[in-house]
Amino acid sequence: MSKPKVAFYWCASCGGCEEAVVDLADAILGVVEAVDIVFWPVALDFKRSDVESLYDGELAACFINGGIRTSEQEEMAALLRRKAQAVIAFGSCSHLGGIPGLANLYSRESILNRVYLEAPSVDNRDRVLPKERSEADEGMLTLPAFSDSVRTLDQTIEVDYYLPGCPPPVTLIVNAVNALLSGNLPPKGTVLTGDKALCSECPRNATKPEKLSLKELKRPHQLIIDSKTCLLNQGVLCLGPATRCGCNAACLSANMPCTGCLGPTSHVKDYGAKALSAIASLLDSNEAEEIATLAQRIPDPAGTFYRYSLPASLLHHRAGNGRT
Amino acid sequence: MSGFNSSTNGHPPRIGVFICHCGTNIAGKVNVPEVVEFARTLPFVAVAKEYKYMCSDPGQEMIKHDIQQYGLTRLLVAACSPHIHEETFRKVASEASINPFLFQMVNIRELVSWVTEDGHEATEKAKAMIRAAAKRVLFHDELEPKKYPVKPGVVVVGGGIAGIHAALVMADAGERVYLVEREPSIGGHMAMFDKTFPTLDCAACILTPKMTTVRRHPNITVLSYSEVVEVSGFVGNFKVKVKKKPRYVVEEKCVGCYECIEACVFKEPRFPNEFDLGLGKRKPIYVPFPQAVPPVPMIDPETCIQFRTGKCPKGCVNACGDRDGIDFDQKDEIVELEVGGIIVATGFDTFDASRLPYYGYGIYPNVYTGLEVERLLNASGPTGGEVLLRNGQKPQSVGIIHCVGSRDENTNRWCSRVCCMYSLKLAHLMKERTGAEVYNFYIDIRAPGKGYEEFYDRLLQEGVHFIRGKVAEVSDWAMTPDEENRLVIRVEDTLIGMVRRIPVDMVILSVGLEPQRDAQEVTKLFNISCSTGNWFMERHPKLAPVSTMSAGIYLAGACQGPKDIPDTVAQAGAAAAEVLALTHKSVIEVEPNTAFIDERYCSGCQICVGLCPYSAIYYDEEKKVAVLNEPLCLGCGVCAAACPSGAAQQHLFQDEQLYAEIEGALVGVG
Repeated sequence: MSKPKVAFYWCASCGGCEEAVVDLADAILGVVEAVDIVFWPVALDFKRSDVESLYDGELAACFINGGIRTSEQEEMAALLRRKAQAVIAFGSCSHLGGIPGLANLYSRESILNRVYLEAPSVDNRDRVLPKERSEADEGMLTLPAFSDSVRTLDQTIEVDYYLPGCPPPVTLIVNAVNALLSGNLPPKGTVLTGDKALCSECPRNATKPEKLSLKELKRPHQLIIDSKTCLLNQGVLCLGPATRCGCNAACLSANMPCTGCLGPTSHVKDYGAKALSAIASLLDSNEAEEIATLAQRIPDPAGTFYRYSLPASLLHHRAGNGRT
Repeated sequence: MSGFNSSTNGHPPRIGVFICHCGTNIAGKVNVPEVVEFARTLPFVAVAKEYKYMCSDPGQEMIKHDIQQYGLTRLLVAACSPHIHEETFRKVASEASINPFLFQMVNIRELVSWVTEDGHEATEKAKAMIRAAAKRVLFHDELEPKKYPVKPGVVVVGGGIAGIHAALVMADAGERVYLVEREPSIGGHMAMFDKTFPTLDCAACILTPKMTTVRRHPNITVLSYSEVVEVSGFVGNFKVKVKKKPRYVVEEKCVGCYECIEACVFKEPRFPNEFDLGLGKRKPIYVPFPQAVPPVPMIDPETCIQFRTGKCPKGCVNACGDRDGIDFDQKDEIVELEVGGIIVATGFDTFDASRLPYYGYGIYPNVYTGLEVERLLNASGPTGGEVLLRNGQKPQSVGIIHCVGSRDENTNRWCSRVCCMYSLKLAHLMKERTGAEVYNFYIDIRAPGKGYEEFYDRLLQEGVHFIRGKVAEVSDWAMTPDEENRLVIRVEDTLIGMVRRIPVDMVILSVGLEPQRDAQEVTKLFNISCSTGNWFMERHPKLAPVSTMSAGIYLAGACQGPKDIPDTVAQAGAAAAEVLALTHKSVIEVEPNTAFIDERYCSGCQICVGLCPYSAIYYDEEKKVAVLNEPLCLGCGVCAAACPSGAAQQHLFQDEQLYAEIEGALVGVG
């Protein structure tokens, strides 16, 4: 019997998720042993036509990372959906929109202007903007369409499972692959990690005081962080209480706060709103002015609380960015 | 987790939507038949009907009938505010064997028809709200109201005539009453008055017996010179912390002989007496007025030699002798009370006349406020009831200016309701006591109470002058020899259509009533709200005039709005009856809006633990999760709002219910 066929694909992403696959290290040998990787643009030279030539459903699983911004990504996602029995949204961008999703704070037009016209390093005297179709000596050149906002994978195609994280922790990938191979799968739609917040596996949780309250907010470079005690207790904005477990508190082991890449638990619809609500509840003041001063210590609230999840939030994007 | 199958045994839910016309209140603006048609198209709606008055018996019967006929499992009534009829329709659901919490009320009157100008918009808004509720109600759970025993006892805040009357009514009915008064004596403003309109009863003769009865009543504890500092708990089960401020005379030891006052190192009273509005003098150890209750002196540390220098022969201590009633080391004392109900009767303040410099208050010594003149007229006041100006002379002519700080968009827009009548009373008393010419300057005379118009008539007969017009200015600028050394009132007499200058010896400003300066803090303390102008807000202006939005907390007297004594007493009696109705129940049902924590999803982050104001949540070290002690939970929702992982939720306000509602309201909105 032939080995199950598997594909990897990337959309709007940084490539870190691909690294995470490589980070499997020795474990990748087991994976390669067990499955046939038939499509993996970052590592192996297959073409779109190779995917198109598969039967529908011929792929046992397809791991897609990155958010969806261009028509090409949308087409590839649809194609892979057709070919795969199981689609796994791989990593924060695919799961929740990720860092590229913060582009939804800006309109399509202002992004193109910034990148191609205004950025200080740009030299574009003819003010050329990318176009879907351009006449050239060689004939008609085409580019994928750049849509008005970043979407998550499940806002584009049906998704079976989610591997969260920026990038997904290696242990979660291994567990997911094993589950797929063994057919021992949780209900469709499951995020393949625990459903409690990170505090449940954070060794610092034991150091929480009886009443947690924030008298001031500090950014990591503004203090020497004690490596044992709860970061919130040190006034550092740690989003562990709002974020799913599964990384074994990796950032905290490196003495840095959780920034929320594994996203919300299954009971939370809007990660940023919940995280913000929790942190706001902890501010130790009842005076409007004092609270405003405290809140100003968070320099980029949208980028802090929605760092990985703006497209998956209830609002999706800033009002008036052109998307309907 | 609840889901919308939770109480339908696997069958799809069947929603009944009942839309009320409320006469023309709703139907006059909202196209009800169109909304009914719309409701019929909503998912799971089995029946949608309209009726003129859904709250009436036939309306209720129709709902009950349809619940049976259509096998409804969820109920939705679109009508007025849930404050008015939520209970009514919950009962209807119950009687037709639907759990009352599988019902949702949609307010298309206060939130739609009354506040939306365009009929089409109102209709669309009503549809959106019904769609929202139809989505929300799918996620409702069957709940049981929580039952609590009601604690006996009532705290009455404010010892004016409102608080005194309410306390006596309840105490006579056998209720334990704690009467908290922040001044050294109970009595409030009424104790400052000489006579009361329109009957000219002596205020002291009708008030002081009541004050004494309060003091002697076995069921009343008077906490004078005390303030409520913290209120927690809920209807039937309040905890009230009262701070007793030090009066430096031990109340329990004092017999009220006042020998300490006699023996004070200051032989004569030298300091302005607050109760006399500074018109009279007192010693550092004093009682504010002779009939004070409790009859216990107090020491003002600002003026007492012992407090200021530590070197006083302490005549007071010697005079008290073995009774040992003077205690210079007395400190704030906190008294904790547990009671079933609370009456807020904190009264009013008078308008600060110096805010209107053109009337000369604080500039010309002979410009007085009405309240100051009450003290001058009072037989036990600083002048023994003789009206003497600050220069010691009797006034020959007096001008009384009405509506100072009332009915004026620059100060307060409201009518203070008592000023016309107290101005007439003062006019009568001034004429009677001094024989002076008395001029009333009024906008309108408002005399709608029993015997009031007759009193006005009497004044007209007595030869008091009435000049209709708003006074422009009071000044000492004389234009004629006749005006020399007098106050000149410049006014447009609108009845004769000319500007007049009336020289007088004394001006009385009929200052209006305002909420107490600290009304906002009081609302926060008791979790009640204010209506326009900071008067405390009743639950319903007609149907619940002494209740507040906080169950178990009632209002009496002028803290709710300007009132005269008869109205205040009537309202105090009403509030007392409401409290008795509450405390005479053995158990009370309260909304089952408590929180719950699903330990399967709790990470043990403990954010909720520190936030719970009732210490109802603790951290289980073994399981490493937060645990809710439900009987202690009062449903404030703080934990549910703060829980970052969605493990803490609140019944009736679960995330999925709220999201469903938002989605229903916004679907189709661009």
